[in-house]
Amino acid sequence: MVRTYDAGHYDCIVVGAGHAGCEAALASARMGVKTLILSINLDSIAMMPCNPSIGGTGKGHLVKEIDALGGEMGLNIDRSFLQSKMLNSSKGPAVHSLRAQADKNQYHKEMKKVMENTDNLYIKQAEVKELVIEDGCASGVITQTGAKFTSKVVILATGTYLGSKIFIGDAVISSGPNGLSASYDLVDSLVKNNMELRRFKTGTPARIDARTLDYDQMQIQWGDKEYEMFSFMNDHIELDELPCWLTYTNKSTHEVILNNLDKSGLFTGTIEGTGPRYCPSIETKLIRFTDKERHQLFIEPEGRDTNEMYVQGMSTSMSEDVQLAFMRTIPGLGRCEIMRPAYAIEYDCINPLDLKLTLEFKETNNLFSAGQFNGTSGYEEAAAQGLIAGINAALKVKGKEPFILDRSEAYIGVLIDDLVTKGTDEPYRMMTSRSEYRLLLRQDNADLRLTEKSYNIGLVTEERYARFKNKMEHIEQEMKRVSTVTLKADLLNPILKDLGIPEVSQGMKMIDMLKRPEIYYNNLESIDTTRPENLSTDVIKQVEVTLKYEGYIKKQLLQVEKFKALEEKVIPSDIDFFVIDSLRLEARQKLDAIRPLNIGQASRISGVSPADVSVLLVYLEQYRRRSKK
Amino acid sequence: MITDTIVAISTPIGEGAIGIVRMSGPDAFDIVHTIFKSATSKKTINRELVYGHIYSNDQIVDEVMVAKMQSPHTYTKEDIVEINCHGGILPLKEILSLCLKNGARLAERGEFTQRAFLNGRIDLTQAESVMDLISAKTKKGFDLAINQLEGFLSNKIKSIRNQLIVTMGQIEVSIDYPEEDIEEITYNEIRNQLESVLNSIDELLKNAQNGKIIRDGLKTAIIGKPNVGKSSLMNALLKDSRAIVTEIAGTTRDVIEEFMNIGGIPIKLIDTAGIRETEDLVEKIGVERSKGVFNEADLVIFMLNASELISKEDLLLMELVKDRHAIVIINKTDLEIKLDENLISEHLKDKIIIKTSLELEQGIDLVEQAIQQMVFGNNIDMSSTEMVSNSRHISLLENSRDNICDAIGAINNRMPYDFVEVDIKEGIINLGKITGESVEKDLLTNIFSNFCLGK
Repeated sequence: MVRTYDAGHYDCIVVGAGHAGCEAALASARMGVKTLILSINLDSIAMMPCNPSIGGTGKGHLVKEIDALGGEMGLNIDRSFLQSKMLNSSKGPAVHSLRAQADKNQYHKEMKKVMENTDNLYIKQAEVKELVIEDGCASGVITQTGAKFTSKVVILATGTYLGSKIFIGDAVISSGPNGLSASYDLVDSLVKNNMELRRFKTGTPARIDARTLDYDQMQIQWGDKEYEMFSFMNDHIELDELPCWLTYTNKSTHEVILNNLDKSGLFTGTIEGTGPRYCPSIETKLIRFTDKERHQLFIEPEGRDTNEMYVQGMSTSMSEDVQLAFMRTIPGLGRCEIMRPAYAIEYDCINPLDLKLTLEFKETNNLFSAGQFNGTSGYEEAAAQGLIAGINAALKVKGKEPFILDRSEAYIGVLIDDLVTKGTDEPYRMMTSRSEYRLLLRQDNADLRLTEKSYNIGLVTEERYARFKNKMEHIEQEMKRVSTVTLKADLLNPILKDLGIPEVSQGMKMIDMLKRPEIYYNNLESIDTTRPENLSTDVIKQVEVTLKYEGYIKKQLLQVEKFKALEEKVIPSDIDFFVIDSLRLEARQKLDAIRPLNIGQASRISGVSPADVSVLLVYLEQYRRRSKK
Repeated sequence: MITDTIVAISTPIGEGAIGIVRMSGPDAFDIVHTIFKSATSKKTINRELVYGHIYSNDQIVDEVMVAKMQSPHTYTKEDIVEINCHGGILPLKEILSLCLKNGARLAERGEFTQRAFLNGRIDLTQAESVMDLISAKTKKGFDLAINQLEGFLSNKIKSIRNQLIVTMGQIEVSIDYPEEDIEEITYNEIRNQLESVLNSIDELLKNAQNGKIIRDGLKTAIIGKPNVGKSSLMNALLKDSRAIVTEIAGTTRDVIEEFMNIGGIPIKLIDTAGIRETEDLVEKIGVERSKGVFNEADLVIFMLNASELISKEDLLLMELVKDRHAIVIINKTDLEIKLDENLISEHLKDKIIIKTSLELEQGIDLVEQAIQQMVFGNNIDMSSTEMVSNSRHISLLENSRDNICDAIGAINNRMPYDFVEVDIKEGIINLGKITGESVEKDLLTNIFSNFCLGK
């Protein structure tokens, strides 16, 4: 038994310094709350144990939102990216998704530097072995070395470190990701506090040596020439771009894999955890999609100062010798050397239905959690939750109202509502299709949607707020300008002719021209004489999107109005669902377990029917009138 | 707080000279202004009856009196419109569907009262009964009847919905996995898939329009000798079910069809001409038709006259009925009984035999029960019968049809995929409201089972 000593008091303690923990700690400290962050190894702060990139569809939206709210992820990837690409640029503005390749080590270093220089933030290397809970209320943690830190709130962001096991072929190793030590004592402490733990699984492909690749057998992949930055604070950062490489598996690759299935941890029955459907291993892909003759692989650099290359598309739990054998059947990889083998990892996580929308536990006051521990996957999903958990923990310390984004305001709202209302059976990944109001929740307007809200709770800096205000004003002015400017027919017609659009007989308002799908600001440049010189592309984009997709945006706004009406019908927290006889039993049980905040949330619970919602509405009105008496 | 407008026929159907269609909600006034034209220059004023006509595409549907009642001094505390029309089933249904078409939603059971309560009008005790009414929908037995029946419709709608989910899955994959090695769906492919869905929906809606709510019910043929009481039975059932949907004049004077709803079961009741051997040419045509009807029927109601001895024709009919789903009715029990009942029950052992006196209105309830029992107990195969069984379904089908048309329009305008998807998703949601399914889970399952994705 290690002797316990009093190691000091903080307002907020964050356990874990991955992407969730970093955002949580920064948000809390920046809101003026004395915050301690503990990590098993300070060299693993903001480590990227899997893909060397940030963003992508849905995920890019999350990063933009994190940035708009005053989080760090967007700024940090802007400091450390190797190339950047706007995915879906040929599709509508709502699904444009930014993704940047990251220099992993630099990402870690930059984040660590920011944290180290943040006021109110204390960073310590320690493994937490025990969570202190008194009278259903979290009040601190005890480390392996006996340090007892007390606090008003605790945020758990343990990622994939809890009780984790790694699988490579038939080797089963008790270890965290990337050879870091896992955390086992904390599991016992959580179980002792009646927390329901589940087992999830994920995996990562091998890293290979850049010097052993034949680049002439692969296709080079550059990023966008004109790239956008993730952070709304950055206009442009110069870059010495690094390429990725594209290659494919083939028949021989598949033969090697299929002949050695008995050497995959996934098929030998040693893995119990549930893996995500959208991240299958290469062996799973081959078995499920037998007719696919080849699978695409991207070879991605892990950083500027390393030869390690990430093999995107090749996640596996095959034994090392088989991994090497099938990799070498792939064009460009014929003489490759593996530096780190691919592995599958299994870890403990909670059921997110146990959380409130603030990410605080329902049964344990002042205990919050975020990230992979909550059953998600991905750096961006983790960071988004970390930010919200950090904000709410800080607000709780200050005795202020919680900060909740709803489904119509942000992808972050969708993410958290999905987790705590619907739950998840597999590591949850954000996708744009999960949002009902996709056309409104664009990556280009994340600041317009969110910055003010975060400013109001004291997270967004004056500098960011001023920038946001300035952009708002410019958009407003420009909208006014285009609605008054008339373009003369004789000037307009040559342009229309060039575009293959019927000419006009009289002058046209600029606003009406921009509403047409084929006409953009660029086309009108030469005749738009009153255009302000410093008109930014951001402003142009907002005006164009607002005008061109007016009809659709209106449609979605109407849907949001209906949605909000139900979200505003608050369900009192002390209501006893079991006394409402007219509710079906299943509905009563589900409502009691999840305890929705409002009718809208209640209606999204599986097992609560529209008739149940009607009953609930009537009951609430009864309840309201009775309590008035 | 409540953002949509509801509508319902608020007078008992099939009775009375006047019927009322009532709307409540923020769009009620707008909707009535679209479909109603005052006969004089008089504008509709709050709380005054105005005379005029309801129009459907410039065609007069009915002459009506319309009353507008402005919120909050109304029953529901919302804007209310009452359209007083003629009491027949046709004008009522047609006005109802016009309201639905113009943006109202069919009210659920008890919904006017529910709104009244939610908006603070009625007292707590009344609220209890509202809750019971709402919950009866999911709890009580009659729900079972509807669910079983709707199985046929919902299978059809599920398959349409699944087609849409497949299309949407293809679009979503190209949006959420733009870099995967998957061939992107083209505008033409989306359009073709949507047009095929549109055809299926149109097929369902084809006969469901113009107020004809039940497209096709359980085909039930009444057979028996002339004067055994077939028409009386038909009239009695019609009156009792109170849910005559429409009266389609028989294609000939000797086969008459009526639609009705018995215990939640849509029934197409066919009154045949008396079947007997005849030399009379005109009558012979009628008899041939009757036999045709008989052969196509899902259920046969075979009627006998209690006051007559069994005739040669009766024996012949008994042979025909023996291997069919059939109910036997011995009518005219108020008269002196001459019929040998033992012979009947011996001959038609497994059949339900019911005694009625239609003259004295006795036994009709037994007939209704027997029909329900046949459907739910004996599993009459109704798979050939597609039913769009109520106006809620029809309006949802129509909404989803509009959504698909919008999506096709978006494709024709070369809108980006994510905009096309908005309308398709709305269409799936509307169909899901009929079958009670939500989009997201189905969509993801579809995506991950059909496409190879991942790192």
